[in-house]
Amino acid sequence: MNRILSRKELNKTVTLLGIEAPRIAQKALAGQFIILRVDDQGERIPLTIAGCDRERGAVTIIFQVVGGTTIALNEKRVGETIADFFGPLGNPTDLEGVKKAVVVGGGVGCAIALPIAKRLRELGAEVHSVIGFRNSEAVILEEEFRALSETFYLTTDDGSRGRHGNVCIPLKELLEAGKYDAVYAIGPLAMMKYVALTTKPYGVKTVASMNPIMIDGTGMCGCCRVTVGGVTRFACVDGPDFDAQLIDFDEAMERSRTYLPFEAEAREKHCRLYRKEEAQ
Amino acid sequence: MTGYNKRETKYPMPVQDPFTRSHNFSEVALGYPEETAKREAARCIHCKNRPCVNGCPVAVPIPEFIGKIAEGEYEEAYQIISRASSLPAVCGRVCPQENQCEKYCTRGIKGEPVAIGRLERFAADRHFSHPHAAERPVSNGHRVAVVGSGPAGLACAGDLAKLGYEVTVFEALHAAGGVLVYGIPEFRLPKEIVAREIEELAALGVVFETNTVIGRLYSVEELKTELGFEAVFLGTGAGLPRFMGIKGENAKGVFSANEYLTRANLMKAYEEDAETPIFRAKNVVVVGGGNVAMDAARTARRLGAARVSVVYRRGKEELPARREEVEHALEEGIEFKFLTNPVEILTGPDGNVCALRCAEMELGQPDESGRRSPVMKPSSEFEFPADCVIMALGTSPNPLIRQTTAGLATKPRGEIVADEGGRTSLEGVFAGGDAVTGSATVILAMGAGKAAAKSIDAYFRSRPSAV
Repeated sequence: MNRILSRKELNKTVTLLGIEAPRIAQKALAGQFIILRVDDQGERIPLTIAGCDRERGAVTIIFQVVGGTTIALNEKRVGETIADFFGPLGNPTDLEGVKKAVVVGGGVGCAIALPIAKRLRELGAEVHSVIGFRNSEAVILEEEFRALSETFYLTTDDGSRGRHGNVCIPLKELLEAGKYDAVYAIGPLAMMKYVALTTKPYGVKTVASMNPIMIDGTGMCGCCRVTVGGVTRFACVDGPDFDAQLIDFDEAMERSRTYLPFEAEAREKHCRLYRKEEAQ
Repeated sequence: MTGYNKRETKYPMPVQDPFTRSHNFSEVALGYPEETAKREAARCIHCKNRPCVNGCPVAVPIPEFIGKIAEGEYEEAYQIISRASSLPAVCGRVCPQENQCEKYCTRGIKGEPVAIGRLERFAADRHFSHPHAAERPVSNGHRVAVVGSGPAGLACAGDLAKLGYEVTVFEALHAAGGVLVYGIPEFRLPKEIVAREIEELAALGVVFETNTVIGRLYSVEELKTELGFEAVFLGTGAGLPRFMGIKGENAKGVFSANEYLTRANLMKAYEEDAETPIFRAKNVVVVGGGNVAMDAARTARRLGAARVSVVYRRGKEELPARREEVEHALEEGIEFKFLTNPVEILTGPDGNVCALRCAEMELGQPDESGRRSPVMKPSSEFEFPADCVIMALGTSPNPLIRQTTAGLATKPRGEIVADEGGRTSLEGVFAGGDAVTGSATVILAMGAGKAAAKSIDAYFRSRPSAV
């Protein structure tokens, strides 16, 4: 059982929770993730660690409400507990020797991009960031990124905030204007795919953080397999970061849709419960 | 010897009928009633050579415990078994007896061997159905960490606890039991039995720390330096699933047996209101021929698949699965395609699996394991329809420990190097079970855990500040 120490709604569908997990807070590094279950009957879901407060013994997670489990998690309030919180899992992001980097975040992926950007700054690197969202309502962590970035771009698909368009446009401008040691991309699979295509002509090392479906997170289920350079790799033990130029993103997108019908059903079930409660 | 029961066949095991059980997850084999157990026990002729004992990887004194059952001394029968075996209720259910004890039974020369496995199960179930108090041993003050709560870890922890060691078992998942909870289905090994074994260990003072992944949260080194354990046993199993490396293997609808079974067993995805999804398909193909393949096929059937086929590259005689599992699978309508090997997985316009392209095989020369290795017949390819494919091709040792433990010697395929007493290349670090041997059986892992417990005790006794 792990207690919820803090809670903040970042926008309509994205929530930040600080979870009491002192052992994990001591050990976790940028790029690693945890697996949690909300209750004893719950599903195990992986979420990347958004930050750690070693003194308070808290691990921060930021999640988007999409299916049954995240709906239940979003209903938890400060002081309440969740059944299981387990990690840190995966390999920390390799930031060795990087002096100047672009960090690209998309949507809720910005929650994972932020600790990488922070860590880069701690290591003395120069950080340039590009964060993109669907629209102005979806924007999260803008001030946090702005504060630690040498140059900062915000894009929205509909132009309701920042620059109109996707993250690849300012990314290309940055790559045209300067030389970078690495590009870190964290966001929807389609975004990471296009980031990889954008950076390819510049030959800059491009790392994507994968967040596939997972059960155990320790190399047992093989559910999180990703084809990287023609070889099957497991995101939980070999990743979650891989060379973005080598990832088969199309396959990963297809795999991520495996349980979509089930998730839709779970959402529907949940909504029915609500309607019933309201009717009573 | 006179007075033994001359019946030539085993007393049949009462089972749920095949139609009913294909629609539920309750245990298939129901266990011998007391009278049947006594009669079956009387089939043992107590021959002098006791070949059955030699066939048992942990040398359970089989004729002795069977003798006690025949006399109606059931608790004594259990105590005799449990001196050699840590998990009698489990092994009675999942051991491949036909390749071990029962293979050598004298009664099997003419007729069927004594049903040793069923009698072991009877003694264990009887023990647990009657109240008994576990005595908590006096602590000797030494702390041992056991990594992994599968058969090897549980056996090692139990034996060490009985010797007075303070044992903590670290388990990565949210429930203890390892393969006994995530791998073997409820219908073959009810989880209640595993829970009972774990409660029994907890009563001996063993502490279980679930949700604790060694190799990430703490390294093996930190277990000693940070957490103060004086010895470590690695029973991390062989959990990493193998794939064939064929085209289409990562398509939607292709699963490792580990994933499919973990969803069903650990996450109870078969229950109506389960939150964990499981892929429900009409036409399921399982690739492989071991117990895990049978478990996956029978789980798919219970989840409502209209047609379930097991595709195996060798013949029926070569199936590595327990005979009883194969028989149960056949009774449940599982089809077998022998001498068949997939070469490609085909997908439809929705990105989901639609068929397997398979080749026919024939058996060639025996390989190093003594089994005849299958060779592909030229231009024999054909398509086999499927909307779900489950790969049950065996597993490799979990990589987390070897990736994070400097100085721990491992083999090229990832197995930890350890001697028969479980001693590894690191002082005070022991290992056993599938982590050392690659995927094998519950009883071999249990035996390795017990052997390591002995070595760990010897290790403490040989130290300057001996126990």
